[in-house]
Amino acid sequence: MVNIANYKDMVVGDRVIRPGCSEEFNTGDWRSMLPVIDLDKCIDCLTCWIYCPDDCIVIEDDRVVGIKMSHCKGCGICANSCPKKAITMTFEQEESQ
Amino acid sequence: MMKPKHNDIAINGDSAVALAWKQINPDVCAAYPITPQTIIVEKFAEYVANGEVDTEFVCVESEHSALTLCTTSCSAGARTFTATASQGLAYMWEMLPITSSMRVPLIMAVANRTVSGPININNDHGDVMSARDTGWLSLFAENVQQAYDMAIIAPKITENHDVQLPCLVNLDGFILTHAIERMTPIDTQAVKKFVGEFEPLYPLLDTDHPVSHNLMDGPLFYFPHKYQMVLAMEKAKKVAQDVFDEFAKISGRQYHLVEEYMCEDADCIAVVLGSSFGTMKEAVDQLRREGMKVGVAMPRVYRPWPVEDLAKLMKGKKAVIVMDRHLSVGSYGPMFPEVCAAALENKEVPEMYNYIYGLGGADTMVSDFMSVYKDVKDGRAKRVNYLGVSE
Repeated sequence: MVNIANYKDMVVGDRVIRPGCSEEFNTGDWRSMLPVIDLDKCIDCLTCWIYCPDDCIVIEDDRVVGIKMSHCKGCGICANSCPKKAITMTFEQEESQ
Repeated sequence: MMKPKHNDIAINGDSAVALAWKQINPDVCAAYPITPQTIIVEKFAEYVANGEVDTEFVCVESEHSALTLCTTSCSAGARTFTATASQGLAYMWEMLPITSSMRVPLIMAVANRTVSGPININNDHGDVMSARDTGWLSLFAENVQQAYDMAIIAPKITENHDVQLPCLVNLDGFILTHAIERMTPIDTQAVKKFVGEFEPLYPLLDTDHPVSHNLMDGPLFYFPHKYQMVLAMEKAKKVAQDVFDEFAKISGRQYHLVEEYMCEDADCIAVVLGSSFGTMKEAVDQLRREGMKVGVAMPRVYRPWPVEDLAKLMKGKKAVIVMDRHLSVGSYGPMFPEVCAAALENKEVPEMYNYIYGLGGADTMVSDFMSVYKDVKDGRAKRVNYLGVSE
């Protein structure tokens, strides 16, 4: 059986009429690089939080507590924008080894 | 001499389309001038400048921009019209399947002109045939009156919520666009009432109901997305006939998915598109006087392809001649395989012949079309024939 969606479940023209549903679509399953944060170097300036295009920086009480990987594409913008170089980009395989 | 009705006017095909647009008064129009379509946008721009319509007219820098702008304005919820021809349609090509897959009911008049090269500005169907697989509806007109009528009819078909596909309104370059004919316009209020208010489906500007258009469809969604369009095209057949019937009530002019002339008792019929339908009717009249039982038909609606009506038409015929005003070099004319496929719906398939004619505006006269029927009758016709080309 060919794995395709049922056209009856799709809005005409496959429009998306439910706002915010991209949260349910995990875009973090095809990255090759992933960010690793050193919280000791982090000064909670939240620059990475502003710049992350996928809203992956997790904040609790105005402090960075980690990076949510479900939507991270490994673009590296967070690492690039960090003034304290607290985020380093690592190869996905290296991390899992 | 026929006495003209008091409100008949003398008008060329392009101006007739512009007049229909003026009566409809669309929300947005963006177009780029190209011969032989130029008069449409020129005339319509005049209406805008004179305040006779309240359309937002956008001067764009190219046809690609014209279609991009029109597609997005239509998806925002505005009734939008554009027009082009030949290279202009070719330049739009990248956007054509995007417009249809976005399911916006955009209207585009196409003043049919050949596509270069060699460079040539005259009439054939090279432009629209290169756009036939892009998911747009396609209507053809035989004369100026029909170009005007189709311009009024098209929005009512495409804007139907069961259809929601864009539509090409074809009129033969120069033969119809520039030739002045007598035409009976419809009262503006009647046109407005017939076309009605535009009720867009999921418009972007409906901010109470946020919506995203034209998203990426991976392998999971692309194919079913296309299948939705297949179903819409199928539904468009009935919608089109219903709209034609309704149009007959306000105009007295009845149209069909396939127009027929003297086909009922004919042994041999031809299938042709556009203004040549009129020329071929005259050829049929003359041959009938000589005792030949011939007829001619025109698919008014080219997309969706009216396979059922064509199959019915071809039932029991001895021979069918498909007249193509375009050529897929190395194969047949574009309509020939489609008519053959429609013929397969019947148990008995007639002898099928393909005539390529009139490319690049090569003038094709009544006597030329008469020779086609005679060649088929006398066994001189091959499977594919190039009318007038010396071998």
